[in-house]
Amino acid sequence: MSNKVIHAIYNDDDVLMDAVKKTRAAHHHIEEVYTPFPVHGLDKAMGLAPTRIAIASFLYGLTGLAIYTALINYIMINDWPQDIGGKPSFAFYQNMPAFVPIMFEGTVFFAAHLMVITFYMRSKLWPFKQAENPDVRTTDDHFLMEVGVHNNEEELVSFFKETGAVEVKVIEKH
Amino acid sequence: MYTFSSKLKTFSLILMVLGAVGIGIGFWSAPKTTEEVEKILSEDTHGHHAQVAHDAHDTHAVHAEDVHHDDAHKEHVEHVLHQLQNKPWSAFYVACIFFMLISVGVLAFYAIQYAAQAGWSPILFRVMEGITSYLLPGSIIFFIVLVLSGMHMNHMFTWMGEGVTDPTSEHYDKLIAGKSGYLNVTAFLIRAAIYLVIWNLYRYFSRRNSIAQDSSEDNSYHKKNFKLSATFLVLFLVTESMMSWDWIMSLDPHWYSTLFGWYVFASFFVSGITAIAMITIYLKSKGYLEQVNTSHIHDLAKFMFGISIFWTYLWFSQFMLIWYSDIPEEVTYFVTRIENYNLPFFGMLVMNFVFPLLILINTDFKRLSWIIVLAGSVILFGHYIDFYNMIMPATVGDQWFIGVPEIGAIAFFLGLFIFVVFTALTKAPLVSKGNPLMEESKHFHY
Repeated sequence: MSNKVIHAIYNDDDVLMDAVKKTRAAHHHIEEVYTPFPVHGLDKAMGLAPTRIAIASFLYGLTGLAIYTALINYIMINDWPQDIGGKPSFAFYQNMPAFVPIMFEGTVFFAAHLMVITFYMRSKLWPFKQAENPDVRTTDDHFLMEVGVHNNEEELVSFFKETGAVEVKVIEKH
Repeated sequence: MYTFSSKLKTFSLILMVLGAVGIGIGFWSAPKTTEEVEKILSEDTHGHHAQVAHDAHDTHAVHAEDVHHDDAHKEHVEHVLHQLQNKPWSAFYVACIFFMLISVGVLAFYAIQYAAQAGWSPILFRVMEGITSYLLPGSIIFFIVLVLSGMHMNHMFTWMGEGVTDPTSEHYDKLIAGKSGYLNVTAFLIRAAIYLVIWNLYRYFSRRNSIAQDSSEDNSYHKKNFKLSATFLVLFLVTESMMSWDWIMSLDPHWYSTLFGWYVFASFFVSGITAIAMITIYLKSKGYLEQVNTSHIHDLAKFMFGISIFWTYLWFSQFMLIWYSDIPEEVTYFVTRIENYNLPFFGMLVMNFVFPLLILINTDFKRLSWIIVLAGSVILFGHYIDFYNMIMPATVGDQWFIGVPEIGAIAFFLGLFIFVVFTALTKAPLVSKGNPLMEESKHFHY
């Protein structure tokens, strides 16, 4: 089994989009696409599944709301129901308006931070991570599509040359 | 061109007729004398009595203890008589101001879209212009109600009562007398006329320019409308704030709140956006707005969602600040509402916040017509209740009930609203040709 891949490099996002559509139509499996900036509609053209991070964030928000509600209910109502400036600490609902700012901020805090951490984990990003950049120009002004080679090297090279690639390289991957 | 379907026309006419009958029954069945009130009260359970004398109008409540029981009872009966006589008026007033402000909310949204040069919304401009066409008839009826109040046909505005500013009168109210420089009938009516004229003039000229732009060679009318909208928005914010003091806050003349104007604004702004979304979906379902796609609906739904939360933010800010500091002169406003209007007061919070929050947070849901219609109906009803809660406790106190007069008034104004709006929609093509942003709007995709 060879681990050869094709690196087709483009210098225009419109050309890239067309190439991605052609590659999908020709049933070549796209391993990865590297771009210097978000290309609108690229995920749809590649057929990537929609993200579920918003759903995760909603659940984190509910978690935060539950935690902060339980926390303040325990502290202010159950543990030491003091009379502080005449506020009614007899039951949670009686003093609830005073707790809403905390419950709101707790919800946002959990929803935001846990979502960001989820994003980092799912995209495998951390401070000392080795950059996975196949070509330095892809962070500046070039677009790169990576397609696996399965004993069809010549066919693939000519295919990608025709899609408007400025450069087509065959790379041995480790 | 849109043609007003005969079914919808008949439906709106039926609503108007039934509504008018309901309004008539409301006025006819309101008690005229204290004897009738005695009868109504004796049918009620006892114990209810004593409580009533205490809350509601602070001016009267003080007496209850020391004065002879008969006097107290007589005063109480008179108090209830005024409340019951106010009931049909207030029911009419709430529905009247609610539907008028929906069209004002749409007008503000329209002006914002123009001034912001939004690229997505021009395809909906004619729908918005259709809805704002209700502003003229709506404001005429509303102004008549204000004039009738000024002529003492009802007791909704207690500061209009006779003798309240006269130190020798038994009705003298020092607090109101101190505000009479602002709260007097002449100034009140002049101010109301100014607000309504400004809004109607903007509506008239922006519509005229919009139609003229269709057959124009250049963009001059569009530019005129841009400047007009920016000017209107400045004037609108001032008049809107003052309108809320005059028409709603002055019903409780002993109470004041600084963010009240924005709160009222958020309430009718979200209702207006909801009305745009629902009428757009209706027209699209009839095949009149082919180029309106789910992305336009999605954008409107985002506005419904966002402004619903904005409304809640203002509602809570107003409530929580007053609840927290609990200053007696301010807090009576919420005490009467929580004690006497518990279900409507907290029910509207569920309808205007919890329901839209949970249903409109989902991107896929925001593209489904039936979800928008469902959420929109709840939001519109919720904001009717919101206006009900702002107005009724001041005018009818604990004698409130959503019965024939209230439903009749809603039906009447809903029928009139549908009739006027859909008639206006037939007057011009539903998609204007001249707007320079129209091409972008037609291909809007989110």
